[in-house]
Amino acid sequence: MPSIDLNATAHEHAAHLRAGDYTSRALTEATLALLHAQEPALNAYITFTDALALEEADAADARLKAGTAGPLTGIPVGVKDLLSTRGIQTTAASKMLTGFVPIMDCTVVERLKASGAVIVGKTNLDEFAMGSSTEHSAFGPTHNPWDLSRVPGGSSGGSAATVAAGGVPLSLGTDTGGSIRQPAALCGILGLKPTYGRVSRFGVVAFASSLEQVGPFSRDAEDAASLLGAIAGVDPLDSTTAPVPVPDYTEGFARGLEGLRIGVPESFFGSGLDDAVRQSIEVAIDAMASNGAIIDRDIALPSASAALPVYYIIAPSEASANLARYDGVKYGFSVTDGTSVEEEMALTRGRGFGPEVKRRIMLGTYALSAGYYDAYYRKAQRVRTLIKREFDAALESHDVILTPTSPTTAFRLGEKVDDPLAMYLNDLYTIPVNIAGNPGISIPCGLVEGLPVGLQLIGRPFEESTLLGVAHGYGQVTDWHQRRPPALG
Amino acid sequence: MALSADEVRYIAKLARVALTDDEVARLGDQLSNILDNFQMLNEIDTEGVPPTAQSFALHNVARADATRPSFAPDEVLKNAPRREDDYIRVRGVLD
Repeated sequence: MPSIDLNATAHEHAAHLRAGDYTSRALTEATLALLHAQEPALNAYITFTDALALEEADAADARLKAGTAGPLTGIPVGVKDLLSTRGIQTTAASKMLTGFVPIMDCTVVERLKASGAVIVGKTNLDEFAMGSSTEHSAFGPTHNPWDLSRVPGGSSGGSAATVAAGGVPLSLGTDTGGSIRQPAALCGILGLKPTYGRVSRFGVVAFASSLEQVGPFSRDAEDAASLLGAIAGVDPLDSTTAPVPVPDYTEGFARGLEGLRIGVPESFFGSGLDDAVRQSIEVAIDAMASNGAIIDRDIALPSASAALPVYYIIAPSEASANLARYDGVKYGFSVTDGTSVEEEMALTRGRGFGPEVKRRIMLGTYALSAGYYDAYYRKAQRVRTLIKREFDAALESHDVILTPTSPTTAFRLGEKVDDPLAMYLNDLYTIPVNIAGNPGISIPCGLVEGLPVGLQLIGRPFEESTLLGVAHGYGQVTDWHQRRPPALG
Repeated sequence: MALSADEVRYIAKLARVALTDDEVARLGDQLSNILDNFQMLNEIDTEGVPPTAQSFALHNVARADATRPSFAPDEVLKNAPRREDDYIRVRGVLD
């Protein structure tokens, strides 16, 4: 019986499970042991679900025996602690929801369970998914496995770090302005934000409803394709899900890079971009060109430079409405020693929310308040239309748009946590994609002083297959996706 | 533009968030900075451009008006901070 290589991909594990080389229970036990051993260094999880995971592993072994297993059956998966899990604490990394135990699964988790995947724990994040470093967590920051003194990115930093460290082959995150793609880049793995409406948001703790999507982290394109395929599709409980058929997401693999039309907007390579990161991206572009891709640097996305202010009006506005539900009355943290209903609600929110969440609630409340609505919110929505039109036009004549994912490699813990504007700039290249609604992927394309660099590919709505096809094609001619951080401990 | 402490307190009241004096001072500076960065939007011509609320607008999503199983009161009230019988208890609104 071969020993279990925890650095294997999900499809490699699946082949071993089907061949009977090891059981899902053995894989799950080994995974949990490793995760617990890594946790003091990484702090990637808020809650481990050992008992449930072993139950699911036994059920998966029964399916494997019965011949009803799919590609994810028996595979350990980490789930961002923003996704509601029945009977398991779901905190959104906030004091506000610490101890909150949902009475239902979100649709994505329900589908994940139906696929036979084994949920090993709930991963750490920035509080309510607001942040780019996972430092805004009520449970302490997650550390980057490539350098423990650095951030893993965020907000889905726990999900990215645990995959990068070889703890699990797959995890789920959410992406409202880059919260999957940016940590994927900073941790040297693949992260995919699906098209808005591709994946159900039902049961996902809401932050900015018109921008966010759930998506996969993985080490290669094939695993991301399996996980996206398992969670995508119409959900009667989320009427923003699109009635577009879910394809086999590996359908783009056969095409390779030959003849692929890649647009490279120069405006995404401006002064904010680190020189060494720029160089890595240029080398990657050359590799794609020498393998048959047609590079066009003459594409313009002029309004994308306005995406950051548009985002920081729209997202906090939606957040201020979505987070109004946390009033200490129905569930969650509650101050009960005030002198009036209003005082108790204000104290509950003042003490239950962390600084970044309060900042965004205040910003959104201001932008939506009387006298400012047209100047801020309405204006931002109009510019949003311009950004979307430019993406549509650019993707008429190109299969994908290629940009850096993040302007720098992973920065040090504490470096930007007290400077909100500096933190917001991390998402300069990822935010326009949420504003437009298109799918985006980050794949590893280099190392700078031992820290990973990611490149971003943006596709047409509902053409995630194309992005995964490019990721697969690029992975055939380079080996960046196979690089691993030094072993922990 | 600089937000005054009174403006910050007024927004906090609208948002029902109790802030300490320190927080009021810090948020005044930070929000003013962030709002300054929004001014670039005024330079973009959006005359005649309709607003986008959601990227791929779907219209009139309807479902059958049929009953479905719902949760039992005990389950729904499990996370309530204060409960009385099958109700959530709150402080009186009127004296």
